Amino acid sequence: MNPSGQQQFRLPGRGSRIGAKSVRFTFDNKPYEALEGDTLASALLANGVHLMGRSFKYHRPRGVLAAGVEEPNALMQISRDNARTTPNVRASVQEVYDGLQAQSQNRFPTLNFDIGGVNNLLSPFFAAGFYYKTFKWPAAAWDKIYEPFIRRAAGLGQAPTEDDPDRYSNRFAHCDVLIIGGGAAGLMAAKLAAKKKQTIIICDENPHFGGWLLSDTDIRIDGKAGPDWAADTITELAAMNNVRLLNRTTGIGYFQQNMVVLNQRITEHQSKPESGDARERMWQVRAGKVIIAQGAIERHMVFPDNDRPGIMQASAAQSFLNKFGVAVGSQVAVYTACDTAYAAAFDLAEEGIDIPIIVEHRTDIADDLLAQASELGIRVITGAVVEGTGGKLRINSVTFAKQNGNDRETIEVDALITSAGWTPSLHLYSQSRGKPQWDEDTQRFLPGESPQECVSIGACNGTDDLSDIFAEAAKCTGSRAPRHAIEDDVSTMSGFIGATGTSADKGKAFVDFQNDVTAKDIALAVREGMHSIEHVKRYTTNGMATDQGKLSNMHGLAIASKLLKKPIPAVGLTTFRAPYTPTTFGSFVGHSRGRLFDPIRQTPIHDWAVENGAEFEPVSQWRRAWYFPRSGEDMHQAVDRECQTVRSVAGVFDASTLGKIEVVGPDAAAFMNIIYTNGWDKLKPGRAKYGIMCREDGFIYDDGVVGKLSNNRFHVTTTTGGAPRVLNHMEDFLQTEFPDMRVWLTSTSEQWATIAVQGPKARQIIEPLITGVTISNEKFPHMSVVECNVCGVPARLFRISFTGELGFEINVPADYGRAVWEAVWERAEPLGACVYGTEAMHVMRAEKGYIIVGQDTDGTVTPYDAGLSWAIAKAKPDFVGKRGLQRPDLMAQGRRQLVGLATKDPSKVLEEGAQIVADPTCPVPMKMIGFVTSSYWSGTLGKSVALALIEDGTNLIGKSLYAPMADEVIEVEVTGTVFYDTKGERLHG
Amino acid sequence: MLVIHCPYCQAERPELEFANAGEAHIVRPNNMSDMTDAEFEKMFFVRENPKGVNLERWRHIHGCGRFFNAIRHTVSDKFLKVYKAGAPRPSDAEIAELMK
Repeated sequence: MNPSGQQQFRLPGRGSRIGAKSVRFTFDNKPYEALEGDTLASALLANGVHLMGRSFKYHRPRGVLAAGVEEPNALMQISRDNARTTPNVRASVQEVYDGLQAQSQNRFPTLNFDIGGVNNLLSPFFAAGFYYKTFKWPAAAWDKIYEPFIRRAAGLGQAPTEDDPDRYSNRFAHCDVLIIGGGAAGLMAAKLAAKKKQTIIICDENPHFGGWLLSDTDIRIDGKAGPDWAADTITELAAMNNVRLLNRTTGIGYFQQNMVVLNQRITEHQSKPESGDARERMWQVRAGKVIIAQGAIERHMVFPDNDRPGIMQASAAQSFLNKFGVAVGSQVAVYTACDTAYAAAFDLAEEGIDIPIIVEHRTDIADDLLAQASELGIRVITGAVVEGTGGKLRINSVTFAKQNGNDRETIEVDALITSAGWTPSLHLYSQSRGKPQWDEDTQRFLPGESPQECVSIGACNGTDDLSDIFAEAAKCTGSRAPRHAIEDDVSTMSGFIGATGTSADKGKAFVDFQNDVTAKDIALAVREGMHSIEHVKRYTTNGMATDQGKLSNMHGLAIASKLLKKPIPAVGLTTFRAPYTPTTFGSFVGHSRGRLFDPIRQTPIHDWAVENGAEFEPVSQWRRAWYFPRSGEDMHQAVDRECQTVRSVAGVFDASTLGKIEVVGPDAAAFMNIIYTNGWDKLKPGRAKYGIMCREDGFIYDDGVVGKLSNNRFHVTTTTGGAPRVLNHMEDFLQTEFPDMRVWLTSTSEQWATIAVQGPKARQIIEPLITGVTISNEKFPHMSVVECNVCGVPARLFRISFTGELGFEINVPADYGRAVWEAVWERAEPLGACVYGTEAMHVMRAEKGYIIVGQDTDGTVTPYDAGLSWAIAKAKPDFVGKRGLQRPDLMAQGRRQLVGLATKDPSKVLEEGAQIVADPTCPVPMKMIGFVTSSYWSGTLGKSVALALIEDGTNLIGKSLYAPMADEVIEVEVTGTVFYDTKGERLHG
Repeated sequence: MLVIHCPYCQAERPELEFANAGEAHIVRPNNMSDMTDAEFEKMFFVRENPKGVNLERWRHIHGCGRFFNAIRHTVSDKFLKVYKAGAPRPSDAEIAELMK
């Protein structure tokens, strides 16, 4: 080792995962060197940097604790540019690439000197439940002081300030066997299943397959070292075309019917990602069988001041040494309750690193471990506890004693590695809805039987011994047990759960590092009455950080169980939820963003409207021309002009978005009689009718004009947003209630372009374009429909009006829509007509009291309430809603009814949604008797018009009511719903 | 996401192609006007929503467009049976047999 230069803790010749090539990166703007294959954590440790972050609450200095996804401390902000900056990346997972920029988080101004560290001194005030106890009073302080304070303190790292420019993709896959985890268990299962010609996907969250085989150099399989056996197996599998290998791919969620979601990171490790590559890919895999080989996660020991930089898991130290050739210190003490820590200590000692002490929590230790320790000159003290550590930004001493307090001793160290045993990863098993089973002997939860087609093998199944693991792999793939010569030094992974020594009573013995939850906090929560683990978790925030309790859950549970004097299964286990590890939003969103988030529908006339300066509004998925401002006009002026031009001359309107359904067949009229409240038998071919449909409960569902083209063919129109659900409603009744009716339903919304021409000169505009029929008032009266040619194009022409003026609607095949529209406009413009948008359409229909379903009705309005009783054919034996309308509540007096409102001051325009009261001088809260559904300024009438649903409204016509607003009370008079041309004479012009 | 067998297409398709349409085997009587309020309430508003075996309707809305019935276990999400609209409700004995 060369402690003066760069990478002074790199051990030459060690590390199976690193290459010879150097790469450069920065941490908090300071340049460092690393080797290709390093993780950010191993690269920093190689450079002697242990301080990598500050804790969330107390801002305590923290170093890296783990070498895998469970890392709670070393969370970094990784940036390529302003748009590509990711917070909370675990340094133990991020691979270093040339030019990588990493910043520490949750510190100000620097990681070494962090003002927030004052929280550590104030920690007696920040105990568990602190938020609940402290921010209660005075109530007024919440908005001004507490919430801003908490918001500023909350969260780690920073979100990007620019849109993410990268591409994320999504893929579906099917396979016979999905294997999650590519360690010894997963690789063996893949090898055996592949021989059976099954299609296989095997994934591993790490860059390399091999799992623990890469960290433990003492394992030999058929004489091969672990990493070599793994590499050979991968070569073998990669050559088979029924196997798909996915590295850097995490199984994040297990859903119904063996659907497992995988997150694959594709470019996150590359210095210069190739443009065009997706950054991440979300796989939705449907597997015949799932083999879970997730492995196990080592627990840390819980003792006072167990969080100083330089203290880490024994397995992490072993991984850093054997995978990356990095020594985690030069004087490394060990605190353990598990055999596996000895292997780490021995590997380090063999490299000449001083192991001054192994503090062993247990009293009975296998003789061969003690013998090996003695051979390497390592002192072991059994039945002992670590009582504390010293050091500021790095551990410099450790104090230990026998469990009875005797033989206390403090020695100098620069690292301390700990192991409390291993927790089998039950995350995916549990998400498959399997119930974890408590194993009293080994003090751990193990998988039981899953209700789905899945099996857990290896360390996640609590199996420690490699021969047993291979036997499990054979069994679950239905193969004969393979014969392998296996050498393995350690075969037991059980240990200790809970706080050691007296750390549940005094000192800061961290259980959850990221959320700063100590053993004392758990004890406090139990004392304050939290007796379920779900309550303890929420009161203390144990296990609620981004690592989701991978290290802390079992310790927290054991501490609570001991204080509650209840067995662990009786205290319960918190639920495992997806995702297994933090997953970016980009990966979930995939392609569904921006223009692809939701399709935008455009009519065939859309481009013409764009070219002619229309402003647009969204109406469900459609973009509709809202109004057509001329130069200098604001919206109000444009709409006034459009309305007045239609009423005095004419206007042309794109109504193509109207929903259209073709109802065809010998029983079409009978079917219409069932679906609509109206009667259809007497309607003659060539005539049209306004129809209302209800749900079975009697409330209005949709409306629209229906043209009868022949005795077995209806052209149905629906509201713009309602077409899909109306078709579904019709199909439901046709298929399941009246399957014997000979009727066919076809959606034709996008097959027809619909051009409305409305106003006194409407006939004059279109007449020359029409061939085949006469459209005089006598031959083609209001509410007629005919098939004819318009501009030589086959068309369905309606005489119909949604403005109250003489009006026509021309339906032509969509492909001809724009051509016919232009031909109509060529006739209309010289006559002084205008094009108008949806706003003018709304104003004019409101002047006439024509309702819009969904605006003037809200799913609690019957046809009677809406003043449409004339549209109900009471004599019909049955229609959908007939029985519902007879319900007592729907026939009761005093229901809200649709009426008009005229403001006393005609210039006042009510707000839509404004509440209406009978007496504004009542004490608050006063009784609301209704609300405004539609309200507009009518330029034609020179006054405002409004529609409202008012209790007993039709009996209040002529009475004054009030709309109390924030700064005034507006007096209104209840009127009928028709404000313009009350006799309807203009329709018949 | 579920995989659902459409009894009309005779094929398994992802849930994305389907829409759930509520409880199955609710009979809309021919003489609806004669129903009492209590009968109407039961027919239109009251639903089983069981934890366990559920008889429900689905529509293969982005496929053949047909409504059909299914028996699904709401805990395991396993489909025990799918059958065409109009086919009789399987007996309790038959459902118990499917559960085995």
